[in-house]
Amino acid sequence: MTLISLIAVGGAGFLGAIIRYYTSEKLNKHTKIPLGTLFVNIIGSFMLGLLCGLHVEGIYYLMIGIGLLGALTTFSTLNVELIKLQKYRRLYYFYFTATYVGGLLVAFIGYMLGKVF
Amino acid sequence: MNYLYIGVAGGLGAICRYIIGIFLAPQSTFPFSTLLVNWIGCFVLSFILSRTERFSLKLRLALGTGFLGSFTTFSAFSMETIQLIEQAHILLAMLYLASSIIGSILLTNLAWKKEVDE
Repeated sequence: MTLISLIAVGGAGFLGAIIRYYTSEKLNKHTKIPLGTLFVNIIGSFMLGLLCGLHVEGIYYLMIGIGLLGALTTFSTLNVELIKLQKYRRLYYFYFTATYVGGLLVAFIGYMLGKVF
Repeated sequence: MNYLYIGVAGGLGAICRYIIGIFLAPQSTFPFSTLLVNWIGCFVLSFILSRTERFSLKLRLALGTGFLGSFTTFSAFSMETIQLIEQAHILLAMLYLASSIIGSILLTNLAWKKEVDE
């Protein structure tokens, strides 16, 4: 752990958090389903899959993988949103399934695509 | 201005997650550190959001959306599950999936103050 690596993770995390907030502000308002959070989690999982498939390592992995994509995606907000959706059973199951099945699926697809290149 | 607070707190959240990843079982096959940050983040976010309605929106956004949003991560969770499966650790992958999903739902519910209905 060096100062450079901390700055790389922190700087990229700064960007990731802002992009997540911006996306949520734009997309979460239209429906009861938090589409913004779903969107960043899916995109982030796909990109991280791609990154790992391409065997990106070192400072670039710290920046993009741990900093940017780690901060872009979120687990805590997802779970609080699930609590708020409990009243709407169908929306709850939709959001739950779309996030987990979708996230794992796109991470796998990204990983396989990365390995091809 | 909200963007600045969220960005700075988000950068700090990512750094804390990174440091925990370095010190907590970095050589382990099972992704303990991601599981731990996600569990802690879910509990704390749920606790804070359901109890601090009187606090300023800026503080809630910085701490909740910024710090805890970045501290926890979904992309690492997905990727680590895929990697466990690829390395044929099917049982560990199932254990990781179940502990992440069920554990975080339980912890979020445990920390949620019931009277609040945002």
